[in-house]
Amino acid sequence: MSQATLQIVKISGHAGPVPGAGVERAEQVCKLVDTTTCIGCKACEVACLEWNGYTFTETVFDNSYQTMPETTWNYWNLIKFNEHEREDGSVTLLMRKDQCMHCAEPGCLAACPADGAIVQYSNGIVDFQQANCIGCGYCVSGCPFNIPKFNSATKKMFKCTLCSDRVSEGLEPACIKSCPTGCLHFGTKDDMKDLAETRAKQLRENFGIEKAGVYDPPGVGGTGVIYVLHDVTNPEAYGGLPKDPHIPWVVRFWKGPAKWIGNLAMLGGILGVTLHYFRYGPKEVDSETHENGGQP
Amino acid sequence: MSSHAISSPRTTGQAGERILRYTLVERVHHWMGALFYVYCLITGLAFWSPYMYWLAALVGGGPTARFWHPWLGVAFAFSMFWMYKMWRGDMATTEADLRWRKAVNHYIENDDQNLPPEGRFNYGQKIFFWLMFYGVILLVISGIGLWFVESIPWSLRWLRYLAVTVHVSAAMATIGGFIIHVYMGTAMIRGGFTSIIRGEVSVAWARTHHRLWYEQVTGKIPPRR
Repeated sequence: MSQATLQIVKISGHAGPVPGAGVERAEQVCKLVDTTTCIGCKACEVACLEWNGYTFTETVFDNSYQTMPETTWNYWNLIKFNEHEREDGSVTLLMRKDQCMHCAEPGCLAACPADGAIVQYSNGIVDFQQANCIGCGYCVSGCPFNIPKFNSATKKMFKCTLCSDRVSEGLEPACIKSCPTGCLHFGTKDDMKDLAETRAKQLRENFGIEKAGVYDPPGVGGTGVIYVLHDVTNPEAYGGLPKDPHIPWVVRFWKGPAKWIGNLAMLGGILGVTLHYFRYGPKEVDSETHENGGQP
Repeated sequence: MSSHAISSPRTTGQAGERILRYTLVERVHHWMGALFYVYCLITGLAFWSPYMYWLAALVGGGPTARFWHPWLGVAFAFSMFWMYKMWRGDMATTEADLRWRKAVNHYIENDDQNLPPEGRFNYGQKIFFWLMFYGVILLVISGIGLWFVESIPWSLRWLRYLAVTVHVSAAMATIGGFIIHVYMGTAMIRGGFTSIIRGEVSVAWARTHHRLWYEQVTGKIPPRR
């Protein structure tokens, strides 16, 4: 997939045209995670490791069913377990599959300074190209979901690829393939949105879960992973899913106006001293004529 | 101030004696700082803009640049600290500076006859020194946040945003000073560049640009016609 340049629509740290921008139109792919039918079996976690060739390593026990506190560079798919107290005082366990959200407007890609280290394909998948990654970690600052992770041995960043290798061959991602309850779905963004809205409607009308809804945050242009939540007004309860995620304004300013202000200031400085030289020239000290040291 | 004693006359085509302005140690520290700063400048500009990312190729590519940029930044901080130890006394603002500052337009317009006399460093040089001094403190502190960005926990992510803001702002401020410093040291002040390489200036140069310092190191009032 990485070599298929005509399928690339956005390139990080890139000065110049993008080969696939406006060339090819593809269906936007999307994962649908229905948190209301997730049983927390972690089959998706195992499938992710298996497909991507990682082995299970030492982890941190955090007094919960959760495998580890957050995703790591070689653990891209993590079910977040959250004890949640309902309004009537009873307790429920909210489980949410956490992974890269594959934002339509990816903050990692906006922040990245390395040409081609992060690309977005025409099908919407945001993928890291480790060959071009310089390991600066700017993507960490750009991401509103705490997803890119650093491998200190190789000094490269890693995250979920949405199984771009499988998807490019017409297969569904490994996590979807492994789900035993059918809470994970994969298809086009339009189909997944329809399915999610239908399910949310069903939850509201047939099960009396009044706040059920679909999480597809517009702040990042919508995401390539959408959730059906029992309570869409409180996504934070699902292990810190941000209510209104967007690229941090500091990153947007840094990569937007600050760039031009800074570049113009630097050019202005160089231009300024050049013009000063043209107008006033050097300060020369001629030892004969200035024998009195410039005093009148 | 024995280190600034008048050296033996040299046959440079200029009439008369030369004065030692920068000792060997001072020159070495200046150029170490220059080397480290320029490395950080080149690599920093590569990270700053896609249009300057090619600069990383000059120093071995992006990953190499990313690896060395923080280390040479720390090295620059050390050389800045040495310069601070050497020059902090000379860099304090004086009465002469305040008079000079009021007349700075004459300096800019090369109308040096109407400038009040200055000491070893003029007020502009002092501003540049303190700009770099405080600049590098901010750059190193914020740079640590960027260096180990993945070690900053998610709950403290505001530190990441703060580090970016401070690092970029401080870098821009030092670049502004750097442009003026290089321009003045190479093109504008004739004799300045050789002084930071070989250490010596002519008597006339010292009298014109740093009269109070000249009087101090020679212990004499300049001859009048």
